Parts: sequence; C-alpha cells; structure tokens
Amino acid sequence: MSSASVTANEPMLLLRLWRNQEYRSVFIQIMTMLILFTFLGMIGHNVATNLEKAGKDFSFNFLSYPAGYDISFQPFISFSPTDTHLRAAVVGLLNTLLVAVSGVIIASIMGFTMGILRLSNNWLVSRLVYVFLEFTRNVPVLLHIFFVYGIFLYVLPVPKKALSISDTVFLTNRGFYWPSPVFEDGFGYVWFALLTAIVVVIAFVIWARKHQDKTGIKYPSFTISTAIIIGLPLLTFFISGSPMSWEIPVIKGFNFKGGTSIKPEYIALTFALAYYTSCFIAEIVRSGILAVSGGQSEASHALGLSHGNTLRLVVIPQALRVIIPPLASQYLNLTKNSSLAIAIGYMDIVATIGGISLMQTGREMETMIFVLLTYLIISLIISAFMNWFNKRMSIVER
Amino acid sequence: MSETVEQEFAPGNHPDLPPPVSTTGIIGWSRKNLFSSPLNTILTLLTLLLLWKSLPPLFEWAVVNSISSADSRAQCWNQMSSPGAGACWAFIKDRVQLFTYGFYPHELRWRVNISFLLLALALVPVLYEKLPHRKYGLLYSAAFPFIAGWLLVGGFGLESVDTDQFGGILLTLILGVTGISFSLPIGVALALGRQSNMPVLRILCVLFIEFIRGVPLITLLFVASTMLNYFLPPGTVYALLVRVLIMVTLFASAYMAEVIRGGLQAISKGQHEAGDSLGLTYWQAHRLIILPQAMKISIPGIVSNFIGLYKDTTLVLIIGMMDILGLGNASLADAKWAGLAMEVYIFVALYFFISCFSMSRYSLYLEKKLHTGH
Repeated sequence: MSSASVTANEPMLLLRLWRNQEYRSVFIQIMTMLILFTFLGMIGHNVATNLEKAGKDFSFNFLSYPAGYDISFQPFISFSPTDTHLRAAVVGLLNTLLVAVSGVIIASIMGFTMGILRLSNNWLVSRLVYVFLEFTRNVPVLLHIFFVYGIFLYVLPVPKKALSISDTVFLTNRGFYWPSPVFEDGFGYVWFALLTAIVVVIAFVIWARKHQDKTGIKYPSFTISTAIIIGLPLLTFFISGSPMSWEIPVIKGFNFKGGTSIKPEYIALTFALAYYTSCFIAEIVRSGILAVSGGQSEASHALGLSHGNTLRLVVIPQALRVIIPPLASQYLNLTKNSSLAIAIGYMDIVATIGGISLMQTGREMETMIFVLLTYLIISLIISAFMNWFNKRMSIVER
Repeated sequence: MSETVEQEFAPGNHPDLPPPVSTTGIIGWSRKNLFSSPLNTILTLLTLLLLWKSLPPLFEWAVVNSISSADSRAQCWNQMSSPGAGACWAFIKDRVQLFTYGFYPHELRWRVNISFLLLALALVPVLYEKLPHRKYGLLYSAAFPFIAGWLLVGGFGLESVDTDQFGGILLTLILGVTGISFSLPIGVALALGRQSNMPVLRILCVLFIEFIRGVPLITLLFVASTMLNYFLPPGTVYALLVRVLIMVTLFASAYMAEVIRGGLQAISKGQHEAGDSLGLTYWQAHRLIILPQAMKISIPGIVSNFIGLYKDTTLVLIIGMMDILGLGNASLADAKWAGLAMEVYIFVALYFFISCFSMSRYSLYLEKKLHTGH
C-alpha cells in the first residue's frame, strides 16, 4: 500500500481506527484525561482568582495560631483558648473517636440482642422488637438525636429536683452524675492481685486446652477464670482493709460538684446513634443467622453438642462470615454520622475545626480539606481493619 | 359405655379424634408462642409489664388529655388537669402551613399545590407497571423534575420566587426527588465506569466513589455552603439550594453506584458473551441484556438507598436550610409555644415514618413480583 493511497483514504483510516476497539479505548481514555485536566485546571484557576479577589492566601499556618475559643467537652487532653487550632482539631478528633467507639460497642450489643430476639419463637417479643426496629429505621437519625437531647432539655428536671437512686446517682438536665472511686494508699495491692489473676487465668486456659486435646476431659474454664479474676482482687481488697472510698456528687449552687459526670450532649449523641445503628445491625444479624442452614445445627446436635455449644461453635462462626461485611459498613456509617454532633453542640472535629475555627479564621478551603482528609483516613483505617478481620474469619478453601 | 362405642369401628377405621383442647385455639397458640419454656414465659411477662407501663400513659397523653385548639402553650396547658398532662396538638395545627410550604409566598402557594399533584401523577407510571401507554407516562415522569422546577422557581412567564423561601415538606421533597431521580442515572454510569476495562475511566470512578463514601454528608454540605463558590468562575454565584442539590446528588450517586455494581457483578459472564455472539455492541448489550437483569437484582439496595437519602435530607438544617425538621426545631424557640418539643418531634417522625415505610413496603412487593425464579 503506497503512502499516497493512505493520504487519499485519510477519513477512511480514522473511521477504521475508531472501529478498532483497542484504538477507540485509547482515544476515549486520552479524551477523558484531557477533559479532566482542563476541568481541574479551570477549577484551580477559579480558586486562585477567587482567593486573590477575596484577599486570602492558601496556607495551613493558621493551625499553629491560638484558637481563641473554649471547648466545653475535653475528657482526654486539656484545652484552653490560648492553645492552637491544631490542638482544637485534635481535641475534636478525640471527641469524635470517643463517640464512635462507645457508639459501636453499644450498637453491637443492642443490635445482636435485638437480632436474636427477632428470631425468638416468642411471638410477643419478636413482634415488639419488629415494631421498634421498623419505626426507628424509618425516622432520620438527626431526629433521634434531637429527640434524646430534647428529653434532657425539656423533660428531665433541674439539678435541684434531680431524679436520683438513693441519693448517689443523679439524672438531671445538666447530665448524668454518679460517685467516682477515690483510691487510697494500699490500693496498689488490689491492682497487683488483678494482674496476678489475669496471668494465672491465661496460664490455666492454655493448660486446660492442652489437657483437653490430650485426654478429652474438659474443665469449666470460663467459670473458673471468672471466679479467679473477680475473687482474687476482691479478697485482697478486703484483706488490705478496703482502701477505697466513694466521692458522691453533691449539689452546690445550681449544679452538682464532685463525682463523675457525663454531659447530655455526649449521652444524646452516643445513645441516639447507637440505637439507630443497632436497628440495622439487628437486621444484619438476623439474616446472617438465618443464612446458616438448619442442617448445621441438626448435625451438631446429632454429634451430641449442647444447645449453647452448637450456637457458639457451629452457628455463630458461620453466621459471622455473612454478618461481617455489612456490619463493617454500619460501623463506618456510625462513625460518619457522629459528625451530626454539631447539631446539638457536641464539640467533635466538624464542630471545632470545621465550625468555630472556620468562622474565626475565614479559611474555608483549608479547614474543610483538613476535615475531609481526617474522615477519609478514619474510613480507610476502619475498612482496612474490617477487611483484615473478614479475611481471618472467612473459610479457608483448597 | 366408652367400651361399647369403641367396638363400633373395625380396627384401623376409627375416625380422627379432635386435637386436645390445650393445643388448639387461643390457648394452644399462646402455649406454643408465648409460654413454651420458662425463659419465654419470663420474657412474655416482662414484655407485657413493659407494654402495660408504657402504652396507657402514652395513649392518655397523646389522645385522651390532648388539646387540639388553642392559641398558645399557656392556653393549651390551662385546659389540662396539670401542665403537660396531654399533648398540645394545637401547636402543630397552628404550624402545619409553615411545615408544608416553608416561607413560600402565600399568594403563590397554588403553584406548590400543583407541583405536589404533578408529583403524585408522575409517581403513577413509575409504580404501576400495567398502566396503559406506560411509555409516555414514564416520559412525563422523567420530565417532571424540570416542570416542577419551573413551577416552583418561576421565570418564563411566572413570577420568580427566591429559593431561600423554600422550606418544610416542600424543601424535603425537592431534595429527595432531585437526589433520587438524578442519582440513579449517574450511579449507573459510575458503576459501568468502575466495571469498564479502560483503566483511566475505572480509576477515576473508583476514586470518586471511594472519596464520597469515605466522608460524611454533613462535611460535603459544608463544602457546598462555604467552599463551592470558590470553584466557580469569578462573579458567578449559585443559590445555596442549587449547590446543596449538586452535593446531595453526587453523594447519593456514589452509594447508588456501589449497589448497582453489586447487581452487575451478579450477572454471569455468559450473559455478556451471549450479547457479543449476537453481534450486539457494548451499549446494546447493556441496554437490552445486562442492565435490566442487574437492576432487578439491585432493587432492594436501590430502594434502601432512596430511603437513606430521603432521611439524610434533614441534614441540610445544619447549614441553615429550613426543611421540615429545621422548621420544627426553629418553632421550639417561639416564646408563645416554647417547650412543646415532643409534639413537634412526633409529628416529624410520623411524617418520615409514613413516607419511608411505604417505600420499603413497595420495594418488598416489587421484589416478590419480580422474583421469577423458583
């Protein structure tokens, strides 16, 4: 084929190339890249001109400037208005993680309980749980948060008329108060006893397992372990003369002093997120258990395993494989939903750096990028961990 | 006596005796379902106690002692035996216009009413498959968001209304319907992109989906309210509603893409190969063979995504938009009615429950109908 004929057939050649799948796919990808880069370039240009117009620059230096505001809830590290914005962000992040972790724990317990109760052959219980699940799932989580917070704001009494259990535990519209333990000299022995008990229990469990492998004789290791872990420190406690007292919250002025307290914002956010998420977890658990075929538990009963052992050794390990992937995404949802904290004034990362710091410094770009990246990192860590856990639990096939 | 009766039947021909009384009827049912074991008996009694303690007071508060006409909270509580003994539904009655239309101008509310009506009409061809001429109906449904947009915002011959005045159920529906109707096609495109064998497209789709799914909606809404204007050419300003709609749609489509990807992955390779062997192009094969099957599989996921999105529209109140929950919350600050939080929350909860529960029921019905396997 001479070059002349190729040039003459130029349109034909392009058509031929377009009809070739490989060339076409390369062409489409190049076009996509071009469009994308033009788009990004335009946005970059817009951002630059807009920032210049507003007389702003783009830098994260503000993170080291004093924040100038106070954070009402700082259980882990102290914070004062003279501390930096970065420290405020860290305090917020820790508050977010606190809600996420406690929420996940409560939601799992509630979710597993309700999922099993849903399968109960008790008609009344399973219907009641079903009604609760359907109602809770179909109402926005933000409304649940407002609702629980509203109970604190509008229903619970002021500290002077606090609801109390024998004047030691108090529930008021300012939060939940209970006595905090005060450790006196000699409590170190109790800690030491607890440590010893744990070491002894671990050794005992290892020995019992080996013993069972060798002889087939099974010790009630759970009961024995619990007895050791609770009994030994308790015994030491009384022998050393009860070196602990309780600091009971007492009312002083308009509020309680002493004892341990948790703020209504924290309770409302954690509890609302937990019970909302637990409804989704309950459905996941229910379908996971139903996915294990009935033959499995029949087989295990035929082998002579007790009902509890069947559940623990046969049904649950198989159900977990079905449960874990959707469970992971519920945990992620709970963590992301904790950002709703800002609606009731709980100081999480969105409320600190993405809220007040943004208002004070006027740096929308930097603070939002900071918050978005933080959440992305949290999400990636959670999903990586759940993937690892899922891999560990999955069936090892040939 | 009984012996003589027994002898009337040849061996093996005795008619069946009725089952023992304790295994049939209410007694048998409750024995089997409520008191089958000691644990179950305890659970039943505890549940009954819980219901007995909670339902009658709730009924008394919500129905027996409730007041439905008053001009203020003080007036409401004066009519009761003690303040707060009953619900003050008069508050909701007083605010129901506000909760429905937001701050939409009074004299133009007929346009909102027509939009609601048109929405109901647009749902008909989507929900009923046996509608005659369904094709044209679906065309109308696809055009509905634009018609409603014109009716509500105005322009082109209608008096224009500022989008800041939208609120209440109107705003909730705008956000929900826009998010739902635009997220589905974008989600399909993203899912196909993620499955594509062109690496550039695939990586872009994965990055987009994973980014959106990794951050909370509220941060994206903050981006819409504070940062998005920096991305636009200098001088152009979009209304907050438009920016929020863009973000909500992008957010929903990332989740939608994952649901549809699940459906696509469930289609066996043979279906693709069958399409190829018939000489169908990529788009023909997907339109005629792959997507109809994949969408059918993903219906439960798609609907639960819709429900999630609809519930998530309440988050816009955090960036200062007045949806039904935002207006309810703002009403609590009114000195005339202060302190009636539970009434408002119950009203809003019922609104969401009814709309979301009916969506999930419809999805169950659809699942059953489309289940063509054994």
